[in-house]
Amino acid sequence: MLRDITIGQYYSVDSSIHKMDPRFKIIASTLYLISLFIIQNIYAYVLVITFIGIAIMMSKVPVGFVMRGLKPIFMLIIFAFVINIFLTPGDPFFKWGFISISLEGVERAFFMALRLILLIVGTSLLTLTTSPIELTDGIEYLLNPFKKIGLPAHELAMMMTIALRFIPTLLEETDKIMKAQMARGADFESGNLMSRAKALIPLLVPLFISAFRRADELAMAMEARCYRGGEGRTRMKVLKYTQYDLRGLLAMILYLALCIVL
Amino acid sequence: MSISIKHLSHIYDYGTPNETIALENINLEIEHGEFIGLIGHTGSGKSTLIQQLNGLLKPSKGTIVINGLNITEGLSNLDKPKKRSRGEQHKLAKARRLKLLEVRRKVGLVFQYPEYQLFEETIEKDIAFGPTNLGLGEQEIKVRVKEAMSLVGIDYETYKDRSPFELSGGQKRRVAIAGVLAMKPEVLILDEPTAGLDPRGRDEILAQIKNLHNKNKLTVIIVSHSMEDMAKIANRLIVMNKGKVVFDDSPHKVFKEIDTLEEIGLAVPQISYLARALNHAGFHLSDEIITIEEALEALKEQLPAIHPIKQSLKGGKA
Repeated sequence: MLRDITIGQYYSVDSSIHKMDPRFKIIASTLYLISLFIIQNIYAYVLVITFIGIAIMMSKVPVGFVMRGLKPIFMLIIFAFVINIFLTPGDPFFKWGFISISLEGVERAFFMALRLILLIVGTSLLTLTTSPIELTDGIEYLLNPFKKIGLPAHELAMMMTIALRFIPTLLEETDKIMKAQMARGADFESGNLMSRAKALIPLLVPLFISAFRRADELAMAMEARCYRGGEGRTRMKVLKYTQYDLRGLLAMILYLALCIVL
Repeated sequence: MSISIKHLSHIYDYGTPNETIALENINLEIEHGEFIGLIGHTGSGKSTLIQQLNGLLKPSKGTIVINGLNITEGLSNLDKPKKRSRGEQHKLAKARRLKLLEVRRKVGLVFQYPEYQLFEETIEKDIAFGPTNLGLGEQEIKVRVKEAMSLVGIDYETYKDRSPFELSGGQKRRVAIAGVLAMKPEVLILDEPTAGLDPRGRDEILAQIKNLHNKNKLTVIIVSHSMEDMAKIANRLIVMNKGKVVFDDSPHKVFKEIDTLEEIGLAVPQISYLARALNHAGFHLSDEIITIEEALEALKEQLPAIHPIKQSLKGGKA
């Protein structure tokens, strides 16, 4: 019942994009997002599409997989498109009753939808080519400078890593408890909103208890292995920039330069 | 209360790359009042099979008939959902739910580590959860809770208002089992009821299960990894491997197949190994020895001199 839920959408293949350093990928994605909001004309959009297209091809992730990220926000895109078409003031070229569509509206709606799609595709590419653990590692490194102002970068990253690690475990646990309560006649599938919410109590109470128990045990196990926070902790896998990042960097500079020119 | 399983197959994630066959063409007849031990290596399909028996999992193929009620009718997980009107859907869902409730009332399933499913403030309320879901009256529920608690040996008056979370591990497990017993099942299925308990807790639980079988005439199916326990209490053993039934016979017959059992990652009781070793050393013991008592009897017959030895041992101690 819960086995089809997947969290984190890492697509494991061997490609030059996968091999890039997570820090570089995070920065590059951020720059890409910013670039999406500064470009104005159709040529720039062509450039962005070409750029992200090449990136997808290099990543060896099937296009369908990348597009899957669009599904949840499909309605939002349609909504933004429709709103922009009808509500942009300008020269109406089509009028029917109170509905009027301007050329500017069509243009703006089209670009807005395109921008949203490119946004999602770009960020999906990051999560598809970077494993969650790499991602948190990268975030930890990038947050390091902020330690000086008291940001607990290591702790944040460790919390994220642990949370990611325990998502499948907790899902499995949920499935088990759900079945155990169903064997006692519990009904999670019918009834109105209130009775459904109430039916969740026999599921949530044991789930929370077991989550706390697990947290306790994990804390103990970590302490037993001398964990004492990030202070002075070395790493087994030290992040290193490689030639892939160098090539990526060159591509990124070229891309940004073109963005600014266009 | 008989259970008849015919051509039962279960495939997880049908039609996806993760497709795995968990059960393949299982055929079993279980009669009323049997005490069945279900053994098999991890991943052999035991858990999938027992979840089928009370409708928690829908089979891919095949049927399960419990006391004339076909619980698998129209429930295959391979069927594509048919298009139906909302009202029709609602009616079907309701009928299905009633049927499943009926099945779950008849077949009580106790999961592994059942104490983790406790959630209420008091023990009484927790045990009452099942009967309440069956829609019983307050009076009846109370009677059943009392009964179920006495069946697992927990005093009603002392414990009814305590929180289940204050209890020891073994007690918690017994409360959880009482929660299933309160639904008055005719078949009781337990998935490793003794896992993680100390020897005393284990013996208590097993004795109570045996008692339920003898006194209350429940049909019991017990999943276990302890060959010793199975040899002691089961009167029929079903051995599974890779989704298929390998053996289905009395424990004496099944535990004769040492080589096949070891090949599929199982074992026979320690005492059977001892009997075999003794036979290699020149004894002539039966190959159907599976409990310590049987071994003792057989050895007594072959060793008429055992009494003097015993006495000399006693003398030595004194």
